[in-house]
Amino acid sequence: MQAELIDIRNHMAQYPPFDEMPEALLEQVVQSIEVQYFRAGSAILDFGQDSRWLYYIRSGAVEVFRRSGELYNRLGEGEIFGQIGLLMNKRVRFPARALEDTLVYRIPDATFQYLFEHDENFADFVEIEDRSRLRSALSRREKANDLMTARVTRLIARPTVWAPWTVRLQEAARIMTEQGVSALLLMDESTIPPRLKGIVTDRDLRTRAVTEALPSETPISDIMTSDLITIRSSAYIFEAMLTMLHNNVHHLPVMDGDEVRGVIALSDIVKYESQSSLYLVSNIHRQKDLKGLKRISQEVPDTFVRMVNEDANSHMIGSAMAGIGRSFTQRLLELGEEMLGPPPVPYCFMALGSMARDEQLVVTDQDNAMILDDRFVAEQHDAYFLALARFVSDGLAECGYTYCTGDIMATNPKWRQPLRVWQQYFTDWIEHPKAEALLNSNIFFDLDGIHGQTEFAETLKTLIAEKASHSQRFLTLLARNALNRTPPLGFFRTFVLEEDGQHRKTFNLKRRGTAPLSDLIRVHALACGSRAQNSFERLRDIGKTKLLLEDDLGNLRDALEFISIVRIRHQALAIEAGRKPDNNVQPEDLSPFERSHLKDAFQVVSNAQKFLRFRYNAQVGRNAQ
Amino acid sequence: MRSKTSIGKARHQNTDWPAQYRALAAHTRSPQLRAFYQAGCVAPDTAMAEVPLVALDFETTGLDPNRHSIVSIGVVPFTLQGIPLAQAWHQLVRPLLPLSRDSVAVHGITHSDLDQAPDLAEVLDTLFGYLNGRIPVVHYRAIERPFLNVALQWRLGEGIRFPVLDTMAIEAHLHPNRHPSRWQRLLGRQPVSIRLADSRGRYGLPHYPSHNALTDALATAELLQAQIQHHFRPDTPIRDLWL
Repeated sequence: MQAELIDIRNHMAQYPPFDEMPEALLEQVVQSIEVQYFRAGSAILDFGQDSRWLYYIRSGAVEVFRRSGELYNRLGEGEIFGQIGLLMNKRVRFPARALEDTLVYRIPDATFQYLFEHDENFADFVEIEDRSRLRSALSRREKANDLMTARVTRLIARPTVWAPWTVRLQEAARIMTEQGVSALLLMDESTIPPRLKGIVTDRDLRTRAVTEALPSETPISDIMTSDLITIRSSAYIFEAMLTMLHNNVHHLPVMDGDEVRGVIALSDIVKYESQSSLYLVSNIHRQKDLKGLKRISQEVPDTFVRMVNEDANSHMIGSAMAGIGRSFTQRLLELGEEMLGPPPVPYCFMALGSMARDEQLVVTDQDNAMILDDRFVAEQHDAYFLALARFVSDGLAECGYTYCTGDIMATNPKWRQPLRVWQQYFTDWIEHPKAEALLNSNIFFDLDGIHGQTEFAETLKTLIAEKASHSQRFLTLLARNALNRTPPLGFFRTFVLEEDGQHRKTFNLKRRGTAPLSDLIRVHALACGSRAQNSFERLRDIGKTKLLLEDDLGNLRDALEFISIVRIRHQALAIEAGRKPDNNVQPEDLSPFERSHLKDAFQVVSNAQKFLRFRYNAQVGRNAQ
Repeated sequence: MRSKTSIGKARHQNTDWPAQYRALAAHTRSPQLRAFYQAGCVAPDTAMAEVPLVALDFETTGLDPNRHSIVSIGVVPFTLQGIPLAQAWHQLVRPLLPLSRDSVAVHGITHSDLDQAPDLAEVLDTLFGYLNGRIPVVHYRAIERPFLNVALQWRLGEGIRFPVLDTMAIEAHLHPNRHPSRWQRLLGRQPVSIRLADSRGRYGLPHYPSHNALTDALATAELLQAQIQHHFRPDTPIRDLWL
C-alpha cells in the first residue's frame, strides 16, 4: 500500500469489523478499494442488480430499503452495506440510496470473499444480522449515542497546528490567532519524525503570559506544559473525556505511538455530545470544603436523569456515576490531607464493588479500603489513617453515599492494612477458600485504586489474576456463591412467577438481574486470568479465550445491558416523580416491550447460571431471594 | 490564485485536441512524448462518463515553474464510475533547484528524503504509463501542466501540451460572484473559497490531511466526481469542461 493512503486505513481502523483486523490484511483491503461519490438522493444499489461490492461509508449517510420499499436501516460514517447480496445470491437484496452527499469505499467481491474465508471476526460481523431480537432492540439505543463506541480520531477535524519548541511567545500567539486554535503543540524537529515536547493553550497565554506580563520574546518553552497527558488514537471518546476530567486538562494530543495524530479539546467533546456529567465532575474538583461538596452532590440525581434522557447506554451511565463517586472520594481525600497534613507513609485508597467496576448507579453505598505502605507501623501511623478514613467516609455519607452495612470501609481496621497483609488476605481467599468467608469477600474481587499509590492496587490485581485461575476450589466456591441469586422464571402483567411456582408482586432488578450477571461474569473472568473490573470489559477478555461461545458472550452482553437499562430507567422515573429511587419493580410498571425483552434477558441469565454450575462443578446452589 | 477565467470563456475550449495530438506525434523527437501523443485524446464530444481520467498533483518548491522544482508526484487514474486505489501512485523526485525551507514546512518532506529520490527523468516511463490515453484532472491548472512542461523541456529538449480538467476553474465558474462587494461584506457575507479543502466541504466530502501529492490527487478526483453529479451530467461532453 502507498504510505500516503494511510489516512484511509486509519479511518477504517476506527470501525468494526475493520478495527480488529490485522494490519496487513486491512492494507490489502485498502489496496482493493474503489472510491465513489454519490449525490444526496441518488441510487447506490438497485434491487436485483449484480452484487459486486461491499460498501463502506466514508462520509455521508445511506438508507437501505427492503424489497417492499420499506426502510430497513439508516447507516452513517464507518458503516457497511451490501454484504447480504454478496453472501446470498450475488443479487442486490436491499436497495440503497444516498440520504446525504456520500463518499463510499467499494470493496470488491473477491476481497470480500477472501476476508469472509480468512478473518473470523469479519465473517461473524457481516453474518450477524437480526439474529437476536434482543440485539436489535438495543441497537437503536446505541446508535443515539456513540461516545462509547466512537474513537477519538473522529474528533480530529483539522491538520495538527504546531510550531518548533524554540519559538518565542509572540510567534506562538500569532500562530494560534492566525490558525484559530486554542492549543498549540510544540515539537522538537531535530528528530524524524518530530517529537512532541509540549503544549501551550490559550489558557496558559492568558493566565501566565498576560497576567505575569511576560515579554514577547520569552521562549515558549518557559510557559509550555511539558509534563504531557496524551491519549492513544485507538481510545474511545468517552475515555478521552474521563482522562481530561481526571487530570483537569482541556486539551489532549492524540498519539499513534510516538507520532502526533492531532489534538482534541474538551469543547470538541461537548460539541459532539452534550455531557452534563462533565461539568459536575470538574465542579467537584473545584470545591473548597465539605459544604461545597455536599451542595454539589444534590445535582447528582439530576445529572443521572439527564444522561438517561439523552439515551446514554448503561456502560456510559455506570462509568459516569462511578467517575462522579470517585471524584467525590478523591476530593475528600485531598481535603483530608490538607487538614491532617501529608500521610506519614504512602497509601492507596481503593474503591470496591460497583464503583471499581464502573457500574455505579444513584442508589449506592460506599465500599472502600486502604492499602498502606509496608513500612506502616500501627502505633505510630494508624491514628492518621483512621482520621483520614473517617473524614472521607463521613463526607461520602453527607454526599449521599450511605455507610456500608457490611462495614466494608476503610474505617474498619481490618480493611486498613499494609500491602503485605492484603496480599495475605487474597492468597488465603484464593488458596484456602471457605464458603462463608468468600461470600463476604466477593466484593474485594472488584477493586480499583483511585488515589495515592495506585500501583498497590495494581499489585493486588496482578496477584489475583495469577492465582485465581489455578485454584479450582476457589472458582467452585465463587461459582456456588454466584448461583445464590436466581432470576425470576417469568412474569406476567401483574405478577412474577418464581421457580417454585410462587407468585410475587415485585422483584428486585439488582438482586435478581444485574448482580447475578456480574457475579457469574466475575467467575469466568477470574478463571481466565483477566485483570479487567468492568463486566463488559471482562466479557471482552473472556471472549479472547474459548471459555464461552461467541454467541453466549453476545447474549450475556445484551442481557446485562438490557436489565441495567431497565433498572436505570426505573430509577430515573422515580427521581423525576420525586420518589426515592430503588430496585424493586412491579411488572405492571414495565412496558410490554420491556416485559418481553426482560423475559429473554432473564432466560439468558438462567442458562448462563446452568452453564456456570456445570463448568465449575458448583452443584450445591441455594435459592435465596 | 484568483483566476477570473470561467470555463465557458477558455481559450483551449475549442481546440481540436485529437488533431493536435496527431500533429504533435508527427513532429516530436522524443519517443516518450510520441507514445503519449499516439495514445491519443478522446474526441471533444465524448461523454464525461466515458472518459478515462487521471488526477494529477505535484508538490513543488514554489509557484514559478522557471524558478522552482517538482518534489513529489501523485497520480490517481479514475473514471466517473470509480477511483481504484490499487492504481494510485506516489513518487518523490529530487529537485534540480535547492529546496527552500518554507516549502519543507508545507509538504513535510525533508532534504534527506529527497536526496535518495530519483530524478524525474528516471520515472518518466512510469509517469507516462499513467498519463497515456487519459485526460489529466488538476486543482488549479497553473501548476501541474506548466511545471511538467518546463521539466520536460529541460530533460527531453521539448515541452508537452495536453488539455486538463481543472476542478478549481469549475468552482470559480460556479461561483462567479464569490468575492462579496464592500456592501455585501458589511452584511456579513463571506467570500467563497475555491481552495481544494473548502470546495470539497461544499459537497460533503471528508477532510483529508492536505499537502501530500497523492492525497491531493485523490481529493481532486473525488471532487470532480462530486462536481459532475451536482452541476453537470454523465453525458456532458468533455469539450464543455476541458481547458
